[in-house]
Amino acid sequence: MTDLALGRPAADRDHVLRLLQTYGVYLGVAVLLLVNILFTPHFLSGENFRTQAVQVAPVLIVALGMALAIGSEGVDLSVGSVMALSTSLISLYLGYGVWVALVVAVLGGMAVGAANGSLVAFIGVQPIVATLALMVAGRGLALVLLPQLKDVRDPNMASLGSGALLGIPYPVLIAAALALLVAFVVRRTTFGRQLLAIGDSRPAAQLAGLPVRRVLVLVYVASGALAAIAGLLATARLSASDPTSLGNLMELSAITAVVVGGTPLSGGRVRIGGTVAGAVLIQLLTATLIKHDLPPSWTQIAQAVVIVLAVYAARERSKR
Amino acid sequence: MLSVTGLTKSFPGVRALDAVDFTARAGEVHALIGENGAGKSTLIKVLTGVYRPDAGEVAYAERPARFATPLEAQDAGISTIYQEVNLVPLMSVARNLLLGREPRNRLGLIDFRRMHREADEALRDLGVRVDVRRPLRELGVGAQQMVALARAVSVNARVVIMDEPTSSLEPREVRTLFGVIRMLRERGIAVIYVSHRLDELYAVCDAVTVLRDGKVVHTGPLADLDRLRLVALMLGREIGEVADEGVTKFTGEHHAESEPVLRAERLSVRHRLSGVSLDIRPGEVVGLGGLLGSGRSETAKAIAGALPPDSGRVTVAGTSVRTGSTPAAIRAGISLLPEDRKAEGVVPGLSVRENIALAALPRLSRLGLVDDSRVDAIVDTFMRRLRIKASGPHQKVGELSGGNQQKVLLARWLAMNPKVLLLDEPTRGIDVGAKAEVQKLIDELAQDGLGVLLISSDMEELVEGSDRVVVLKDGAVVEELTGSAVTPDALLSAIATTGGPAGAEAGAAGGPAAPQHLRETS
Amino acid sequence: MTTGTTSPADPVRTPAHPGADAPTPDRAARSERLSALAQQHGALVTLVVAVIVASLSFDTFLTADNMENMAVSSAFLAVVALGMTFVIVTGGIDLSVGSLFALGGVLAAWGSRYGTAVALLLPLAVCGLVGLVNGLLIARSRLAPFIVTLAAMLGARGIMLAVTDEGSKTYLVDKDTFFATLGQGKILGIGAPVWITVALFVAGAVVLRRTRFGQYVYAVGGNEDAAALMGAPVARTKIAVYTLSGLCAGLAGALNAAWLVSGVTILGSGMELEAISAVVIGGTLLTGGFGFISGSLVGVLLLKVIQNVINQIGSLDSAYQQVVSGAFLAVVVIAQTWLGRRRRVL
Repeated sequence: MTDLALGRPAADRDHVLRLLQTYGVYLGVAVLLLVNILFTPHFLSGENFRTQAVQVAPVLIVALGMALAIGSEGVDLSVGSVMALSTSLISLYLGYGVWVALVVAVLGGMAVGAANGSLVAFIGVQPIVATLALMVAGRGLALVLLPQLKDVRDPNMASLGSGALLGIPYPVLIAAALALLVAFVVRRTTFGRQLLAIGDSRPAAQLAGLPVRRVLVLVYVASGALAAIAGLLATARLSASDPTSLGNLMELSAITAVVVGGTPLSGGRVRIGGTVAGAVLIQLLTATLIKHDLPPSWTQIAQAVVIVLAVYAARERSKR
Repeated sequence: MLSVTGLTKSFPGVRALDAVDFTARAGEVHALIGENGAGKSTLIKVLTGVYRPDAGEVAYAERPARFATPLEAQDAGISTIYQEVNLVPLMSVARNLLLGREPRNRLGLIDFRRMHREADEALRDLGVRVDVRRPLRELGVGAQQMVALARAVSVNARVVIMDEPTSSLEPREVRTLFGVIRMLRERGIAVIYVSHRLDELYAVCDAVTVLRDGKVVHTGPLADLDRLRLVALMLGREIGEVADEGVTKFTGEHHAESEPVLRAERLSVRHRLSGVSLDIRPGEVVGLGGLLGSGRSETAKAIAGALPPDSGRVTVAGTSVRTGSTPAAIRAGISLLPEDRKAEGVVPGLSVRENIALAALPRLSRLGLVDDSRVDAIVDTFMRRLRIKASGPHQKVGELSGGNQQKVLLARWLAMNPKVLLLDEPTRGIDVGAKAEVQKLIDELAQDGLGVLLISSDMEELVEGSDRVVVLKDGAVVEELTGSAVTPDALLSAIATTGGPAGAEAGAAGGPAAPQHLRETS
Repeated sequence: MTTGTTSPADPVRTPAHPGADAPTPDRAARSERLSALAQQHGALVTLVVAVIVASLSFDTFLTADNMENMAVSSAFLAVVALGMTFVIVTGGIDLSVGSLFALGGVLAAWGSRYGTAVALLLPLAVCGLVGLVNGLLIARSRLAPFIVTLAAMLGARGIMLAVTDEGSKTYLVDKDTFFATLGQGKILGIGAPVWITVALFVAGAVVLRRTRFGQYVYAVGGNEDAAALMGAPVARTKIAVYTLSGLCAGLAGALNAAWLVSGVTILGSGMELEAISAVVIGGTLLTGGFGFISGSLVGVLLLKVIQNVINQIGSLDSAYQQVVSGAFLAVVVIAQTWLGRRRRVL
C-alpha cells in the first residue's frame, strides 16, 4: 500500500512529462499562434502565412534528412555545406538546362552523403566527426566551384522559387510532399523499419541479420539529397547562388527542429510530424520576435535557449 | 576483514541476494563461486559501493561500513580488479599507476623521474618488469592486470576483489598472477577471487563460498570439498539424486535422422574456443553443457556468424556457410536466440509486431514496401501459436515480461523457417509457467524436424531436454553423452574432470595447434 | 622490450614475463610505436616538406615580411586551438569558439576606451563565463557537447550582435593605448601576438604534461569510467577545459582586435572548424585521451602555410584552403579510426 501511495505521484509526473515531450511541440506552436493572433497586427493574412511557409520550407526539408540520421543514432553536420554545394552546382550547370542543373545538384548532395555514410558504416568513424570533415570540405568545394555570389537568371528557377499552385507556393508543396514521402518511408518500407531497429539497438539488429552498413549509407545519402533539394529551393527563391552564406548554421536549425519535435538524440525513433511542428515552431518564434521589433540578436539567443531546453527535456526521458 | 551478515538485495521481480552471510579474512584467498544469476556480481557490487543493500550489515575492519560510491570503498581500502582492465589504455603505465598521487617537485609540477622510479618499484615488487613509460595498452592483458593490482596494492588496499581475472590470460600470465595473489596473502591482504575455472580455484584459494539463487549454499575451507561436490553445489544437484521424470515439460523422445543438418568442425577463437566440433541432426536436441565461461555461448555465436572464428568450418545440410557473417548464417537457415535477450535480442523500442517481422522483412516486402497484410498474418499466427501475452501486436516489446520477450524472439526466427535453432539459455529469467511453455515448444519444434542446440545452466532442462549432451570445458569439448548416458551424474562428473583432452592450459592458449578432440561422427 | 624477466631477488619465485616473448604482443607493440610516431610527427614532417616546396616554388615565400605576416595571422588561430586541444583530449568538442572569438574582439574594442585592463578582462570574463556554462551543461547535466556548444555558438553570436547594434557598429581601438601595442607592437622584429602565443603554448604544454590537472584531462578522455574509479574529478575537469577553451577564444579575439585596432563583427565564423582541423591534424585523437599541445601549433602552421601557398598561386581561390583542410581532416580521422580499430583487434 505504501508503495503504491508513494509511486502514484511520481508516475503521474512521469506521465505528464512524457506527454509534454511528445506533444509539447504542438502545444508550443498553438501558443505561439494564439499569441500572434492576439498581439501581432496583420498576422492573420494569407500573405503572411505564405511568407512564413516559404521561409520554413528549406529548414523543414533539411530537418527531414536530419531526423533519419538522428533516428539511426547518428547526426549529419554537413547539411549546410551540402546546401552551399548544391547552389554552386546549379549556377555552374544552369547552362546545360535547368533540369540538368537540378539533377547534378541533387547528385552532388548524394555524393557527399555517400562519403559520410561510408565513413560511418565501413570505417566506423563517429557520425559527428565524419560529417564534420565533410562540413569543412563541402563548403570549401562549393566556394571553389563558385567563388562569390552570382545571380541566377532563369525563368524556370524563378517560377520554382516564387510560383504557386492554388495559392500555395511551390517550395511549400515540395516540402509537404517530401515530409509525406519520408513519413511513408519510415512507416511502410523495409528500409524505414530496419533504420529504426538499428538506431534502437545496433547489436540486436546485427544479430537479426539486418544489412546494417547498407542502411546507414542510405540514411546519409538521403540526408545529403534532401539538403541538396533544400539548397536548390533556397537558390530559386533568392534568384542567386551564394555559397558563402547559404546554409550557414542550417545543421543547428535542423537538429533543433528534430529534437524539439520529440525525436530522441539516442536513436530508434523518428517523429516526422513532430519534426514538421518543430521547424514551424522555430520559424514562428523567429517571426514573432522580429514582428515585435526585437533584433536578430535576441532571436539567436532565444533559439539557443530553446535548443538547450529541448535537449535537457529529452535527457530526462533517455535516463529512464 | 570484510564481512556481511543477512545481506538482502532485491530488484524488480528478483531477489538477487537473500540473507547472505559472507566473511573474507585477512591473509585468506576466498573463492566466490556460483552460476549466472546466483548473486555473485550483486554481492561484489554491494561490497564495492555500487549498490546499497536493502537489508543486512556490511562490516569492514570490525566496524560497520556503508560505502556510497566505488570511490569511497576504494579509499577505504577495498580495491577491485575487473575482468576488463579498468585503467586508461592510452596513458603510460606510470601515469596509470600513480594517477592523482603523482610525486611533485617544489614548483608543483610532476617529477617524472621520481614517478617512473616509484612506478617501477611498485611493479618490481609484484615481480613484473615493464617499461613504465610505455602506454598501458602496449602491454598484454596480463601485464595490464598487474598494473591494476599494483595500483590497488599501492593505495594500501586491505581487501582485493578479483572478478574473473584470468578469463583472457595466457597460462604463463595466470601463473604470475597466482604468484602475486600468494604474495598478497602473505602480506595479510584479504583476496576475494571469482572464477569458474575449478583448476584455478584449487590452485590458489583457501576458502570457498558457493552462492545459488541468491543464497549461500556452502561456505568453508576449500580443501574439505572435492570437485564433484563443488560442481554439485553450484548446480544445485546432489550426486546420486536421480531427477524425477516430468520436472520439465520435455518428453526427451525425438526421432532423429541420420544425416546431420548442421556440422561445425574445429571452430577456434583465440582465448575462447579451441577446436570445437559438433553436429546436429534434424529432429534432434543437442545439449551443450559446461560451466559458465566454458565456451558455450561462444560456440553458438561462432556457428551463427556473430563471432568470427580464427579457423574452422560450418556446414548446413552439406553446404559450407561463410563464417563470421550473421546474414550468411541466417540465409543458410541458422537462427540464434542470444543469451543476453535485452541487449542483443529484442529491439525494446519497437512493437511486438515489428520485432517478430524484423528478420523476415525482406521476405515480407515487395519492392521495398512492407506488405502489411502478410506481416499481420505471420504476426497473428505466431502470437497465437506461441501464446504471446501482450496487449496487442503494437505494444512495445520492452514492456513485456521476460518470457514473452523470449517468445517474440522465437517467433522472429520461426518466421524465417530455419533449419537449425541455437538456443542460448532460452528459459533464464522467465517465470515458471512461461518456462514450461518454452520447453514444450522446443520439444515440438524438434519433433517437426528442426535441429536444436540447447544451452542451459539448468541441469534438469539440459538432461531431460537433450538427446545428446556435448560437454565443454575451457573452450574445448571434453565429453559427449549419448542416449542413456545423459544423466545428471554423468554430466556432473564430466564437468568436474581434471584437465581433459584440452585442459586449462591448451584451452587458454587456443589456436589450431591445441590438441583436438576428435569425435567419431555417426 | 616491454617486459622482462624477474629479478633474482624477487620475493615470489615465479617466472614473470607476461606476454613478453609471445610474438603477437611484441609485433603489436612495434606497429603501435610506429603508428604513435606517425601520429606525433606526421604533421611536422608534412609542415617541413610544405615549407621547403613552397620556398623553392615562390621567391616571395621565404621573405621576412611573409614569414612575419604568417606568424602573426597564425597566432590568433593558435590560441583558439590551444584551448580546443584541452577540450578534445577530454573527448569533447567546442563549436562555440568562433563566435566567442568574434565576441571577444568586439568586447575588447569596446572596453579599450576604459583602459587596457578592461579591454582584456571584459572579453575574458564574458567568454570564460560562456565556457563555464558549456562545461556545466556538459559535465553536470550530461548533455552532448556538440549540441551544447552549437547552441552556445548561436547564443554568443546573438550577444555579439546585441552589443554592436545588430552588427552595424564597429568599435575602434585607440592606436596610442597600451592595448593596441599588444597587437601592433614588435619585439626583436616579431609581433607581440606571436610572443604572447608562444608564451601561452609553453604554459599550456606545461599544464597538460606536467600537472595533475593535465593527467586528469588525459584520464577523462582515455576512459571516463576508469578515471572516475581512480578518483579523478571528472566533472570538474570537464568544466575546467570548456572554461579554458572559452577564455582562450576570448583572449584570441581581444588580441586580434588589438592587432586590427577595431572589433570586427564578421570574423570568427568557421574558426571552430579550422581550430578543430588544426588540433586533429596535429595528432590529437578526436575520441580523446591522446594529444599534444605542440602538435596543435604545427597543425595551425600547416594550415596557414597551405593558405599562404594558395594565395601565392594567385589564380586559385582561397576557398581551396577549406577543401584541403577538410580533406586533411578526413584522411587523419580515417587513419586514426583505422589504427584505433586495429589496436582493438590485436
